[in-house]
Order: sequence, then structure tokens, then C-alpha cells
Amino acid sequence: MELKDKLVSAFMALENQVDLDHPVHDIRSAAIKVFENQGFPTKKEEAWKYTSLKALEKIDFSIFPRESAPLEYKEVKQYFLQEMDTYKIVFVDGVFSSYLSETTHQGIDVCLMSAALTKDMYKPVIEAYFNKIASVDENLTALNTAFSKEGAFIHIPKNTQAMKPIEIIHFASGASADMMLQPRNLVVVEENSEVQIMERHQSLSTNAVFTNAVTEIYADKSAMVDFYKVQNDLHTASLVDNTYIDQRDRSIVKVHTFSFGGKLTRNNLNFYQNGERIDSTMKGVTIIGDGQLVDHHTLVHHRQPNCESHQDYKGIYDGNSTGVFNGKIVVDRLAQKTNAFQQNNNLLIADKASINTKPQLEIFADDVKCSHGCTIGQIDQEAMFYLQSRGIGQKEAQALLMYAFANNVLESVRIPELKKRINALIAMKLGVNLGFEL
Amino acid sequence: MLEIKDLHASVDNKEILKGINLVVKPGEVHAIMGPNGSGKSTLASVIAGKDEFEVTKGQVILEGHDLADDAPEARAHKGIFLSFQYPIEIPGVTVTNFMKTAINECRKARGQEDMPANEMLKLIKEKAELLKIDRKFLSRSLNEGFSGGEKKRNEIFQMAMLEPKISILDETDSGLDIDALRIVSDGVNKLRTKDNALVVITHYQRLLEYIVPDFVHVLYNGKIVKSGGPELALELEEKGYDWIKQEEAV
Repeated sequence: MELKDKLVSAFMALENQVDLDHPVHDIRSAAIKVFENQGFPTKKEEAWKYTSLKALEKIDFSIFPRESAPLEYKEVKQYFLQEMDTYKIVFVDGVFSSYLSETTHQGIDVCLMSAALTKDMYKPVIEAYFNKIASVDENLTALNTAFSKEGAFIHIPKNTQAMKPIEIIHFASGASADMMLQPRNLVVVEENSEVQIMERHQSLSTNAVFTNAVTEIYADKSAMVDFYKVQNDLHTASLVDNTYIDQRDRSIVKVHTFSFGGKLTRNNLNFYQNGERIDSTMKGVTIIGDGQLVDHHTLVHHRQPNCESHQDYKGIYDGNSTGVFNGKIVVDRLAQKTNAFQQNNNLLIADKASINTKPQLEIFADDVKCSHGCTIGQIDQEAMFYLQSRGIGQKEAQALLMYAFANNVLESVRIPELKKRINALIAMKLGVNLGFEL
Repeated sequence: MLEIKDLHASVDNKEILKGINLVVKPGEVHAIMGPNGSGKSTLASVIAGKDEFEVTKGQVILEGHDLADDAPEARAHKGIFLSFQYPIEIPGVTVTNFMKTAINECRKARGQEDMPANEMLKLIKEKAELLKIDRKFLSRSLNEGFSGGEKKRNEIFQMAMLEPKISILDETDSGLDIDALRIVSDGVNKLRTKDNALVVITHYQRLLEYIVPDFVHVLYNGKIVKSGGPELALELEEKGYDWIKQEEAV
């Protein structure tokens, strides 16, 4: 059975597990119809021209993984931040692991979507925000919505700063079989509040994993949200990450995406600016090699005046890897004085590596500043000569230059340990000891 | 120490160096002057081993060793240093970290252990003082946002750190105001010993008032057409290069 059919019939099984009278179930039922009509996106669609899900559709994924053996903390310790205290929302094969997690309800809610979807006290928040930002007609988002049941639920009330960063980690134990996971996260940050979140998907076995994740982030007036996505999964894991962000007046949201691992990684990152003086930042570093594909599709929709957006994506492609960057910026007629900046720089370091990069600007206002630039290049030979003339060997010189190329994206990372670890990961990916503490 | 014999070099099949001969002994300072496009910077790059240039004939010999097969890093390990006319910016890598990498790569090539961290810091401090470099400067990204003067001073700082046998200064004076020029040349003079040597490439006599050469060579159309003492530089300053061109034409 093809994956689509399997999913459609699995939806009936899901209906035995959830409360059919809850208003969210109407949303699920509508969503499965959208997916049933549209199926998986194909390369015929402009947005999926370079990224094919065909191979994934042929895998016999289990949709509802069996309860797996609990993970020992020491087995997975390396995937958590070590030097600082954090809240943790951890899932193993889509199931919440209370043992590995550290949730809270003190002043803020850092807990589970399953709780938010079933308990009455969360009903107002769910009714106000759940599936309000996510697309209702995009195939994979609809698929996730249909199966939405579990994930992270974060609610920061007015005038509150989350005292610790929040780590959301989705482990795939792969113990039983190939597995499809569909986590659904909701982050609501109310007026004048602040939170830092890290998310990663980590497979622990060589069984195939296909994660189709949806995250909705609502940043109310003057809210500040830092979201870090660490994508360094095994080569048997694929991820489609759909993130939707609704911003209100003077809010600042920064999303950093670090893509080093995984077989196929597709990031659909959508910002909607529904207020004035908003700042939206998206940055990414992609370093991949043989057999890997990373596809970044960003959208910034400027709907109101006096807002800014900044995009800076760097990619280094080795082996026969493929990169895609499609950055769409829409500036509505109302959105005067918009300042939108977009940059995508790529290094191809092997003959068989490829990158497709496309800025897509739709501007309907006349008093705006929009700048965009993409470059595709090899390592600068003049710079290589400079380093070599100082006694630095060719391999190290190349790594140092690639490091320098990717590095400025890290400047805005505000969690020091994370920055250090990403630095170390970059050095490791480039296969070299740079000879100094990063 | 450095011997250049009948050196011919081309880029894209265009011959730029057309038979250079030069002998530099320990303790000496040689100035190479000449009009634009005469091949001065090419000579510097060829000595340092830039592979964009093809050596079609002749040799560059350092202490009796032909450098033909040596990559730029191997030449650096053997004691050649090139101060760049246009130093490259490397964001995210501080001056200090860059020097650590360079020093330890050189040591590794010579079969030595990494320099202990405290020794490295002491050396950096000492050499920074020599060039009147502020500590804050050392934690900035290499050459990123540096002024022309800072870039050149940083080049000489690297030279001080690496302690080369022979240093080639390619237009180190360009882009420097008089104060920066004085600091840079003071630094260079302090680094001179009886065992190392300097090749100074410049358009103008100005730098040579501070770094006094033993020999002055005029490079024109890929060849050294005239050599002399420091007085030759003064003559060039006064008369320009036209008389050299005319002499050559005759």
C-alpha cells in the first residue's frame, strides 16, 4: 500500500484514540480531506521542483509506533545541552518521555500538546491559536493537522520571561520498524514576554524515519522569541519541518536553522507580520555531503508598515549533495517602509554537488527597501594563498575559510553553549581541527 | 640565502617575468622598484609559491634548496614570508587564533610539538608591543573592518610572530599615512637581524627613508634593468621611470 492510502486508513484508527467531540477533531477531519484530495506534493509543483518525496512514499512506515523500551539518560545525554539548566520536552517514538523531560506549570506552561488538547483549562488557548497560523490547504501541513495529537505546548503569559531555555527533542528509537512521526508544536508568547527554544529530531537506529512536523508560533506585541533548529540526524532520517509564525506589533522573532545531517530535510519557514515595527530574522547554516538534500523554503509576508525582515543563509555542499534555497518575500500594498533583506551564499566544494537558489519577490508597496543577493562559488583562491603563505596546510586552510564563511550566521545565537556546540559541529563537519578553542 | 636564477614566469601563457636574477645574503635589505605592471607583485607571489603563476624557466633557491616543488605552506615552513599588498579578511577567526593556527602548523611541519598556551600568549604580547598593537585588536576578526594601516601593521605582526628568514614586503607602504608608515617601518627595523633578510617592493622612495636598503633594483618589463645602492632610489624619485624606459628602448 502506498503511504498516502495507508495514512488515510490510519486516520480511522486515530479516531478510536481521540475525543471526537472536541472541536479540534473537526479540524482534523477537515485536514485529512485536504490531504486525501491532494496527496503528497510532487515535483510537478513549483515549490517541490527539486525535492522528491517519492522514495519516502515507498517505505512501509509504521504510523502508530509501538511503545518502545525506555531510553537511559546516558544513552542520549549528548543530545542535550550540558552546561546549563533547561526545561525539556522529550518524546521517544512520538510518545512523551516523562523520565527524560522537565516540564513546568509555574508561571509558564511548558508541557504537552496532548494535555493542551484534552484538558479544559487549555481550551481557550487552543481555540484561539491552534491551527490558526498553519496553512489549511498545504498538503503536508494538513496531513500533520489530521494526525495532531502530541508535541510540545508552550505558553508564556504576559510580561514574563522564561527563566530557562526550552529543549524539545524528538527521539526515534527505531526499535521496531521504519517509522513516521508527526509532532505538532504550539508556542504562544504573550505581550512583552520572552522565550528561547531549541528543537532537534534525533534517530537512534538505522531504521528509516520520516518526520513531518508542524510548529505554530504566536508572538504577541513586543514579544521576543528565539527558535533554534538543530538538524544533525542520521542519514536514514528525513524531515519536513513546517513552521508558521504570526507576529504582532514590535515583536522580534529569530529562527536559526543548522542543517548538517539527515537524508532529506525540507524546511518550510513562514513568517506573517500582522502588526507594525516587527522584526523577523531567519538564519541558516547548511553543511552536507554525499546522499543528502537540504531544501529551505522561506516566506516572509509583510502585511503592515514599518517592519523589517532579515534572511541570511549559508550553505556548503560536498559530494553529490543537493541544496535548495527559495526565499519568497511578499510586501502588501499597505506595508510601506518595509525593509526586507535576503542573502543566500553557497560554496560548492565537489563537482557533483548542486544548489538551486531563487529569490522570489512580490512587492505591491512603493516605498520599500528590498535587497537580495545569492552567490554560488568555490573557495577563493587568493584567500587560500594568503593562509597557505602563513604555513597553514591546504586542507586546514580550506576548512578555516569555510568556517569563516559560515561563521557570521552564528553571531546572533544567544545561548553560549549552543553557539559553542554549533561551532564545534561546523569544525567537525569540515573534518578538521582548527587548532584553537572555538 | 635567497638566490633567484633566470626566473621566467607566466600567467595564462602571458610571460610576466622574463629572466630575473637576484642574490640576497643574510642581513641584507633589497629594494625592488619599478613602474606599474613591471612584474613586482608577480615576483613576490612566485617566490611565495602562488600556483596561479607558472614558472617556465629558472629557479628560486633558498639556502641551497630549490623551491620548485614546494607549496606555499612548505615555503613558509622553510622561512619565506610575504606581506600582502591586499591582506584577506577572515570573519570569525580572531588575529590571536589565526596566529595560533599558523604557528602550530609551522611547528608541526618542523616536527615540533604545539607551542604551550602560556608561551604563545607571551610571544603574542611581546610582538604586539613591538608594533604598538592594542590587545583589543588581537581579539578582532582577522583583517575584517581593519583600516589600511591596521591591515599592514597586522601583516608585520604576523611576520614578527613567524620569524621568517626572508621577508618580502609587497607595497607595504601603500595606503599608509605618515604615522602608520613610521610604526610599521620601526617594527620592521626592530625585526632585522644579521641572519634574516628583507626584500622590499615599493613604488616610492618614501618607505626607503625608513627602511634603508643596501641595494636597489629597478624592475621593468619583467627584468631587472638596473641595480645600485640607495642613491638609485633617490634618482628614481627625482627623475621618475621614464628615463629607464627610454634607456631600455635604446
